[in-house]
Amino acid sequence: MTTTTTTEVIASSSGSWRAVRAFFRNPAAVLATAFLVFVTIVALTAPLIYPEDPLSMVARPFLWPGQNPKFLLGSDSLGRDVAAGLVWGSRISLVIGIAAMALGVTIGIVVGATAGYFGGRIDDALVRLVEIFQTTPSFLMLVVLVAIAEPRVESITVGIALVTWPTIARLVRAEFRSLREKDFVTAARGLGYGHLRIIFIEILPNALPPIIVTSSVIVASAILMESALSFMGLGDPNRISWGSMIGASRETLRTAWYLTAIPGIAIVLTVLALNMIGDALNDALNPRLSGER
Amino acid sequence: MSKAPLLDVSGLTIAFPGGTPVADFGFRVAAGETVAVVGESGSGKSLTALAIMRLLPRTARIATGTVRFQGRDLFALPEPEMRKVRGREIAMIFQEPMTSLNPVLTVGKQIAEVLRLHEGLSAESARKRAIELLDLVRVADPHRRVDDFPHRLSGGMRQRVMIAMAVACTPKLLIADEPTTALDVTIQAQVLDLLESLRRDLGMALMLITHDLGIVGQWADRVVVMYAGRGAEEAEAAALLGDPLHPYTRGLLAASPRLDASLHYTAGTLREIPGSISSAIGEPGCPFVPRCPLAQPSCRTAPPPLMPVRPGRLLACPPVAATLEPIDAAAVGR
Repeated sequence: MTTTTTTEVIASSSGSWRAVRAFFRNPAAVLATAFLVFVTIVALTAPLIYPEDPLSMVARPFLWPGQNPKFLLGSDSLGRDVAAGLVWGSRISLVIGIAAMALGVTIGIVVGATAGYFGGRIDDALVRLVEIFQTTPSFLMLVVLVAIAEPRVESITVGIALVTWPTIARLVRAEFRSLREKDFVTAARGLGYGHLRIIFIEILPNALPPIIVTSSVIVASAILMESALSFMGLGDPNRISWGSMIGASRETLRTAWYLTAIPGIAIVLTVLALNMIGDALNDALNPRLSGER
Repeated sequence: MSKAPLLDVSGLTIAFPGGTPVADFGFRVAAGETVAVVGESGSGKSLTALAIMRLLPRTARIATGTVRFQGRDLFALPEPEMRKVRGREIAMIFQEPMTSLNPVLTVGKQIAEVLRLHEGLSAESARKRAIELLDLVRVADPHRRVDDFPHRLSGGMRQRVMIAMAVACTPKLLIADEPTTALDVTIQAQVLDLLESLRRDLGMALMLITHDLGIVGQWADRVVVMYAGRGAEEAEAAALLGDPLHPYTRGLLAASPRLDASLHYTAGTLREIPGSISSAIGEPGCPFVPRCPLAQPSCRTAPPPLMPVRPGRLLACPPVAATLEPIDAAAVGR
């Protein structure tokens, strides 16, 4: 033990560093992360790139991409700048994707941890609740929820969170059910730890890897759901989003296909990047694949 | 044994849907004393320890019995009060050091967490204290080890960390459930030495659960022999090892290999107790009857109670007790 070198000490300092290194050794993960960083920067700087309202009519309708250097990606049927729409639309997609994921994961962890840790009747009741949500077609429920509430960013976020939390809850419940039987949990009880302390300090960190992996996929599906809602005209009418751009252009699909293709490509690339990150995280955090722990 | 005991377990019966692995079991631990609870696997030693801590699995039920700790009835305490007892007044270390530490937290954080909960220390002073405790349990280079994850430590080191967590709040009683079973023989002695010196320095009582009679002779003051969930014999360690009375204890001692007995195991046969502990299931009388060389018809009617046979000595075997000189009941003092 005394011959341990400094490099070994640094390497040992944390298991999470090893996971980070494993993650960035994966070229697909690096590419996907770079793309998402790019999208995030674009979303954050949208007011600087296109200070004008992206919903305002600024050009002749149906400008094809490259036709007018002022409007790089052309204009739509109402003469709105497609590039501005794309940039501003990324804000809605990311905000809704991340906020819905955060809310859904929080609800899922609370419900799943409670059910899995305590078991018994609490578990039975919560599993029934999860099953009610899971047996209802989730997109249909989302449409109903958003239709009942006013279609705004907040209501759409809450709606998406409400249809995604059961996935996380089931996952967390399964993890907690196996982890609560571990010796270190018994040891923690033997030290006089209360339930909250055991759930959040002892068990939850052990259950995090699959939750993190699933979260990245949930961001992707939340973006898809928001796009689908906007496509159907159930999005926030005062905000432009990729889905609403596709929805608004579907009638001119044959004459001006670029109007649906451009936001479509943006959605595909973002969702693909998030799924690739999910896969890479799965490989990096999986203890069986990474040997240690 | 004249002062009031620190821990007084009496009439403890633990019931599972499939049977009663611990039945009418009792013993006492005085302050500062080391009591070894000895028995083979399945004799209910660990369940007894878990029952004292009120950490039995959900399916188990305490059918009868009381556990008094410093005069307080632990089974009557509300759960929040019991949580204050666990870790602060009674601490427990487990058999498996490899799995009893949380794999995703550094050992320093795990020790600090106990201190923050029970002593209300700040993160910074808890960390300082954690380093001191690692030093106390003789972990080399505690300043660096404090930030290590458990998988970086050997089994012996992990058990030391477990001990550090257990003694962090200087409990009155430390229950060590086979603390060295999973360790190398060379490490065993070190860990037991450590427990012994901590017991002396911190003034703790130690309840040492083991199936290793070698440990008993060297480290225990008193021994309780358990068989199939019942007390078989209780005595001072030296008296028990020198003159075992219960047929089961005799069998256990005869079955222990001795260094001086023969040069090689092939040179002499290792004695064994015929049969297995599972034969005790459903036995209406003494649970040891199916394996006992001295069994008599009267043994099969009812389980024999622990009776004083000599000063400081209890025995649950009427046939053997009958062969001993009768004692003056007043001199026994129990």
